[in-house]
Amino acid sequence: MKTEGQIRIPSGCAIAAVISKEGKKMSGEAITNSMRPMHDRSNGLGGGFAGYGIYPDYKEFYALHMFFDDRTTRKETETFLKERFEIVKSEIIPTRKMPAITNEPLIWRYFVAPLKSVLDRMQLDEREFVARTVMKINSEMKGAFVFSSGKNMGAFKAVGFPEDVGEFYRLEEYEGYSWTAHGRYPTNTPGWWGGAHPFTLLDYSIVHNGEISSYDANRRYIEMFGYKCTLQTDTEVITYIMDYLIRVQGLSPRDAANVIAAPFWETIDKTSDPAEKERLMYLRKVFPSLLITGPFSIVFGYKGGLMALNDRLKLRSMVVGEKDDMTYIASEEAAIRVMEPNVDKIWAPAGGEPVIINVKDGVSL
Amino acid sequence: MKRVYVKEEWCLGCHLCEYNCAFANSGQKDMITALKGKPIYPRIHVEGDEKITYAVSCRHCTDPMCIKSCIAGAISKVDGVVKVDQNKCVGCLTCVLVCPYGALAPSESGIMQKCELCLENTCGSPACVKGCPNRAIVYEER
Amino acid sequence: MSVEYIFPEFEVIRKPERCIACRVCERQCSNEVHVFDPATGVMISDEAKCVDCQRCVSLCPTHALKIVKNESTFRENANWQNDTIKEVYKQANSGGVLLSSMGNPKPFPVYWDKILINASQVTNPPIDPLREPMETSVFLGKKPEKIKFDENGKIKCELTPQIELSMPVMFSAMSYGSISYNAHASLARAATELGILYNTGEGGLHEDFYCYGPNTIVQVASGRFGVHENYLNAGAAVEIKMGQGAKPGIGGHLPGTKIVGDVSRTRMIPEGSDAISPAPHHDIYSIEDLRQLVFSLKEATEYKKPVIVKVAAVHNIAAIASGIARSGADIIAIDGFRGGTGAAPTRIRDNVGIPIELALAAVDQRLREEGIRGNVSLVVGGSIRCASDVVKAIALGADACYIATAAVLALGCHLCRTCQTGKCNWGIATQRPDLVKRLNPEIGTERLVNLLTAWKHEIKELMGGMGINSIEALRGNRLMLRGIGLNSKELEILGISHAGE
Repeated sequence: MKTEGQIRIPSGCAIAAVISKEGKKMSGEAITNSMRPMHDRSNGLGGGFAGYGIYPDYKEFYALHMFFDDRTTRKETETFLKERFEIVKSEIIPTRKMPAITNEPLIWRYFVAPLKSVLDRMQLDEREFVARTVMKINSEMKGAFVFSSGKNMGAFKAVGFPEDVGEFYRLEEYEGYSWTAHGRYPTNTPGWWGGAHPFTLLDYSIVHNGEISSYDANRRYIEMFGYKCTLQTDTEVITYIMDYLIRVQGLSPRDAANVIAAPFWETIDKTSDPAEKERLMYLRKVFPSLLITGPFSIVFGYKGGLMALNDRLKLRSMVVGEKDDMTYIASEEAAIRVMEPNVDKIWAPAGGEPVIINVKDGVSL
Repeated sequence: MKRVYVKEEWCLGCHLCEYNCAFANSGQKDMITALKGKPIYPRIHVEGDEKITYAVSCRHCTDPMCIKSCIAGAISKVDGVVKVDQNKCVGCLTCVLVCPYGALAPSESGIMQKCELCLENTCGSPACVKGCPNRAIVYEER
Repeated sequence: MSVEYIFPEFEVIRKPERCIACRVCERQCSNEVHVFDPATGVMISDEAKCVDCQRCVSLCPTHALKIVKNESTFRENANWQNDTIKEVYKQANSGGVLLSSMGNPKPFPVYWDKILINASQVTNPPIDPLREPMETSVFLGKKPEKIKFDENGKIKCELTPQIELSMPVMFSAMSYGSISYNAHASLARAATELGILYNTGEGGLHEDFYCYGPNTIVQVASGRFGVHENYLNAGAAVEIKMGQGAKPGIGGHLPGTKIVGDVSRTRMIPEGSDAISPAPHHDIYSIEDLRQLVFSLKEATEYKKPVIVKVAAVHNIAAIASGIARSGADIIAIDGFRGGTGAAPTRIRDNVGIPIELALAAVDQRLREEGIRGNVSLVVGGSIRCASDVVKAIALGADACYIATAAVLALGCHLCRTCQTGKCNWGIATQRPDLVKRLNPEIGTERLVNLLTAWKHEIKELMGGMGINSIEALRGNRLMLRGIGLNSKELEILGISHAGE
């Protein structure tokens, strides 16, 4: 039987997210609990979380979260890393032994800074270098997998129900200003730890519910720019697309949303503001192969913000709620009510309309 | 009113209109039974030479000469359509002489007949138009 | 020649009980097969002249006629088949190169027919095109590598010229001369009505058709017939024709008998002179020369028109395409070996070039591997026969398709493959005024519009089934395709899995 990466596996899912516009820190407990009422949207074959602002003491360093199949692979990988990075701290990610989570790989994290000499030699910008290194490990080093590589953020994921995964990783011990969560319902795989969501690259993370029909068009296009889609999952390709549009091309999250969930030509034609019309038309003409079709609801996490987005036809459920400085996003309202029973405002964003929430200017992250 | 018009630019001179006309007015269900082995007496005629051809049939004139000339009062205009009453026609051929288009011709029996737009036969609308392979004959309001 | 070595290819079967001797067949046959015998009152036929164009069959009002293959046969021989023997006789008779028309009829594999399309079930909903928007518009042209911003951080929305198509299909090049005025009129009007483009071919643009400029691609071929400044600026794009799928490595030859009146004027060559397009462009012996022509044409059109470079699908097409993608061209058109022609040497047509499916897959993959797929749009032709061929081509990686044989079929062509005689009974591949008038462009336009409207519906249905609501998301989406009955090398080249995988 082919496993994740060798074959494309469709899956259904649950997503949830929360952010404080004031940059207030919250523990990972609430987001873990938010996944409990959506238990039936997962099937125990994958769950995960991403927290932003969780490593304030190491915020200048890239936090590499890694899975290893065995000790030898870890040693080899560490040697590889040492040739490229200064490793300021390496440790086993603390977990809680529990019957619901089994078969765990070795789970480590490294706080690293790229070696200046290597960067100069390769004539690469620091983030590009880290991204390429992650891609290299994940595609070439068998048994090693980087599942998180941003600064002052981290992804935590496993095979299991998401609420169990949250407990397993002791998320109540982390404090972040924003969190995203995911429960997975893959259709035909034993499940693999690396295949769980969120999928991340640098500080970009994606949790996604859906099965995009444009997958191979998107994959074959984005792979032109050095990305390697080793997992064959939607989440992976969407993460790379966001990285390409935002980091490489310099677009804003809103521009990126207008590329991947571009308005219909008819809607663009009816846009009254000529500058806005020109922008939408331009983006669609320039990036036709990054249009994503088929059902999806995603939460895109980045430093200082979250963006929630549905496909153009809104073929997946997604609701957004607000209370004071907090914004909540989830596949089901129930998940939001768990985090904030007295939510002030709650609505379902229209298909293709991004909801972007940024931490206020001036808040130190 | 809708009339049959001819676009000589597209007429191929194939003469299908004549056969379709003869069949439509034959009262038969089948073209072979209607036309095989017999001379045909169509109400539309393809005229022309090597270079140009066109089909000619009744224009249903606003002020038809044929009606004025008919000695038997057999020709009349009903709802814009010029018709021949076969029971009154005596076959004097005066209408043939006066028609500027050559649109009238005798039937097999010698009684006059002319295009009556297939409104009363089984075709229901002009058979020449329906059967023209190149839309050289049209039935339209102008 | 006193001995007839070649028996007539077809038999004209006339059912005497149905024939009413209306003589339509006689009047409509430019090959003079049918004759009315006044003595007996019956129609007789000279079958040796019949090319099986079916004109008489289509117009016979009593369905008294059918044309069938002559069953007379040489002694069966798997090696020396009937056609091969006949070709030997023909050449022994004439001493000449055999000529043929339309696309390669040989039984080479048709890969379109060995590719199957996906549909959504359970995990992903199909989309109903009758209820939800379904987008088929495409823009052809170069995409910028890097977005530029102004000093305020606003995107600079500057793009090199693009062609907008309402659906990913265009009418491929057929010159005025090889086809009739009325055929061109039909194509031009239909393209305008459909929001797509037609292509002048290498015969210039008749002055009556300048008004369809926004929907016209003007071609520059090796003979440079009819090329002048106004011509170049009249269209929406300029196409440099380097080769043609039906006859790669060969120029063109329109016999002087077809260079009459307006054809001569439009081509800017004297009446009655043969129009011979050389095999190469004599100013292009290499890729760097092509670059110069591309930029000459861009200069002549003030960088307002995208430049298309059309090549035949040959063995090293991927490398050739990669060179073209770096030559400044905005669009590459690739013509497969089953593409049609008004006339080509039979040996070339039947033996040179490769299938468009393989060429397309190889080119798209190569351009992606080199990271330059965005430099150019890809247009493919060479026997795109129906909507599912279009969908498969887009999923393999094409931006749009060129159709020509399907278009002339819509105009009435019955693929008798004798265009080179100039006696086309359907008024398409002829300049004889009495035959040209058989194609009323009003009907021609309507039939072309009908054909592509039908295809568009079908494309939408197929896309909807896959859960795709915009054609962009289908382009290069090879996961939507599976091969059937293909070997692993073929699958590898096509970049698709086998059905069941």
